[in-house]
Amino acid sequence: MKPTIEFELNGKPVTTMADPSTPLLFVLRNEFQLKGARFGCGEEQCGACMVLVDDQPVYACSREIGTLAGKAVQTIEGLVQDGSPHPVQTAFIEEQAAQCGYCTSGLIMSSVALLKRCPAPDRSAIIEALDPHLCRCGVHNRVIRAVEKAAAIMRKST
Amino acid sequence: MMTPSLPKSLVDNPRLNQWVDFSHPGRATVRSGKVEIGQGILTALRQIAAEELDLHPDQIDLVAGQTDSCPDEGFTAGSYSVSVGGASLRLACADVRRLFIQAAAARLGCPEADLSISDGTIVRGGHPTGLSYWSLRDEVSLDRAYSGEARPKEPETFRWVGHKMPRLDLPAKLSGGGFIHDLHFPDMLHARVVRQQRRGRHIVSIDERALARAAGQPIELLRDKDFLAILGTSESAVYHASKRAETAVTWEGGESLPSDFGSIAWLKSQEAIRRVHATGKPDADNVAHTISAEYSRPCLTYGSIGPSCAYAVFADGKLTVWSHTQGPAVLREWLAITLDLSPEQVTVIHAQGAGAYGHNTADDAAFDAAFIAMRRPGKTIRVLWNREDEFSSAPISPAMVMRLSADLDKQNRPLNWRTEIWSPPHVQRPGLNGNSNLLGASAIEGAPPLKPIDDLPHERGGGATRNSVPMYQLGHFELTHHMIPLTTVRTSSLRGLGTWANVFAIESFIDELAEHAGVDPARYRLDLLADDRARKVIEEVCRMSDWFGRPTEIGTGSAKGLGFARYKNIAAYVAIVAEVTVEEDVRVDQIWCAADAGLTVNPDGAENQIEGGIIQALSFSREKLPFEDGAVSARSWRDYPILRFSDIPPVQISWTGSPYDPAVGVGEASVGPTVAAVANAVARALGQRIRRLPINRETIMETLLGEG
Repeated sequence: MKPTIEFELNGKPVTTMADPSTPLLFVLRNEFQLKGARFGCGEEQCGACMVLVDDQPVYACSREIGTLAGKAVQTIEGLVQDGSPHPVQTAFIEEQAAQCGYCTSGLIMSSVALLKRCPAPDRSAIIEALDPHLCRCGVHNRVIRAVEKAAAIMRKST
Repeated sequence: MMTPSLPKSLVDNPRLNQWVDFSHPGRATVRSGKVEIGQGILTALRQIAAEELDLHPDQIDLVAGQTDSCPDEGFTAGSYSVSVGGASLRLACADVRRLFIQAAAARLGCPEADLSISDGTIVRGGHPTGLSYWSLRDEVSLDRAYSGEARPKEPETFRWVGHKMPRLDLPAKLSGGGFIHDLHFPDMLHARVVRQQRRGRHIVSIDERALARAAGQPIELLRDKDFLAILGTSESAVYHASKRAETAVTWEGGESLPSDFGSIAWLKSQEAIRRVHATGKPDADNVAHTISAEYSRPCLTYGSIGPSCAYAVFADGKLTVWSHTQGPAVLREWLAITLDLSPEQVTVIHAQGAGAYGHNTADDAAFDAAFIAMRRPGKTIRVLWNREDEFSSAPISPAMVMRLSADLDKQNRPLNWRTEIWSPPHVQRPGLNGNSNLLGASAIEGAPPLKPIDDLPHERGGGATRNSVPMYQLGHFELTHHMIPLTTVRTSSLRGLGTWANVFAIESFIDELAEHAGVDPARYRLDLLADDRARKVIEEVCRMSDWFGRPTEIGTGSAKGLGFARYKNIAAYVAIVAEVTVEEDVRVDQIWCAADAGLTVNPDGAENQIEGGIIQALSFSREKLPFEDGAVSARSWRDYPILRFSDIPPVQISWTGSPYDPAVGVGEASVGPTVAAVANAVARALGQRIRRLPINRETIMETLLGEG
């Protein structure tokens, strides 16, 4: 019998019987039907698949599910609390910080991680956190404004 | 306002019920053949329909790109979606509204002028009449042709058009859905296709055991001559096998590019079809001086972040395909031809993909899925491309050379202007030149030979020659186009086709002429422009950037440069000033932009498109697709870097247009002026002109060392 891997997914304990070498991305998308993390390159070069593992941004395209036993995985679907979008999602919508939106889930997850460890990032800290992400539509300036706005919203609400 | 001739989409789809129906109570179904490719068109179309039908946008269900129900509007490309698709929808909706007002007036026995519509309800003197689109729908048949009598609204009464509206598709895309990639069907088979990587390349051997080992779980292979697909219920298994296929499948032969492919020498030495287009009469008598210069750009790729994806199912003799194609109706036609089906057997349903900036591999993926589905009836096939294949096998935006020459009079104004362009074609979408241009279709048994290829005719907007006619006042203009019928690789469109190379060349050359005349480049341009809207964007960008207040000192390592164009000489006007610093490399510090697109349906959407075009152009100006051993050698973003967050300058945009001018496309308008502005800024910063793209450290060093 295949071993079972137990981990936490968006706050709930889950198990999977996926082969331990399966990339986390395919487990999320095909087994748990969580489609927010996206396949972009499969080589940790674009950031479209970024999710959080124990609050740290991780490339889901290459991270093997077998390494995640006991860890806490968060995807963009897990950001919604009591039906309300996360302040970072709200700020991205308010700033219309997307064109095609394919890279956006990843950008939002890295932004959430940044704001968790640094509630008041300056422009250069935001750029540093988002530099692993590629965006071809050219919405970078809107994204930076959205992260600044999200930081302000989150500071106000705490 | 002038009565323009009818937009093409309405001519091709004249019946009102092709565009609108009221079959659901309280709601309108609006149909479009133009599709969302990340540009926000669905939001703009909904604004237009809401405006002309007097509905709230939330009452509108927009259906786009379904070949069984939507109008055939060809490709979503060329910045035509608002100016042609939107204009057609506007007239159709205005006509529909007119018919219902007419019917209500007849029913109520009152003049039409007494009636208005509010959220679909017919109102008289501010009071509901009990009539609505829905109560009257049985007596107003929309199964009729556009009357030609519709009078769309004037800007001063606009409630939805011309106002900012958030994108309708973003909430889903920002919470875990919204893309074709996210569709899920029971009984789905995942597939990856092992690509040929060169035209005419043949499979020699397949190490099936190696593929099975890499998969770890059951997979099956489907092969037809040089088309090889890996299928399975586990996406992970199929993916790992497809990565292993790089070495487990061996190939031989195929077409090969020469080692100097894409260079100036290569382009100018190819056999080419030569076409000349000339206007005005040459003036040989007043020539005081002649100046010539030669510019070039390399091959590029569009580089969307999301690889192409498609689904297909073949059941009961019917093929249904989900695709993020830019031309659902065209794809349907060519799937039928290549798969030997009748068009009636094929339905294409548009589902949204990642950003499309040119001819991408969406149609190729659709063929892949359809071809496999025909051989696995009843199963829904999901094809996703690997990143490596997006680089190796996507259409290539071709290299170009532009040679410009001007005869100047004693006042240093150009009298005669000659432009020569060398380039392979810029459009080979499905159906162009009578070829399917579907990658998989050329790998299978019995694939037809390629028919002779050509570029989009100059008279129809041009491919390589697009935007090659300067907006400046010239006595005589002569364009010579050397169309290189290259078949070794598939060249096709990238945002603006030849536009940005031509604008880069024209605007660099105008700066060189201004330099020769000893006149400020902005003033030199303004002296040669009669079009007020063109002058206005240049004046505005000069004001924004304090162009005249802080003139650039040549050769100090930091400078501003100007670029201007009107896209296709018929769409949006854009002027850009770029400020750059040149040290060990080029850094763009700031961009100012003035734009005039006439009426902007969704101002925030238009601004997003203009800024996106600017940033993408900054990236284009530094990109070069690498080739090795006769083929594209890029396989990852490492081989083809694009701009990152840390490279992006602040961008300021100002709009100078009037809502009384027709809405024109903005999607491709800012690319050319941006590349030109950077080139001019770098030339002024260095005191030496870079005429060869990409503008990066390597080209600058070669130019400074005299090897450029």
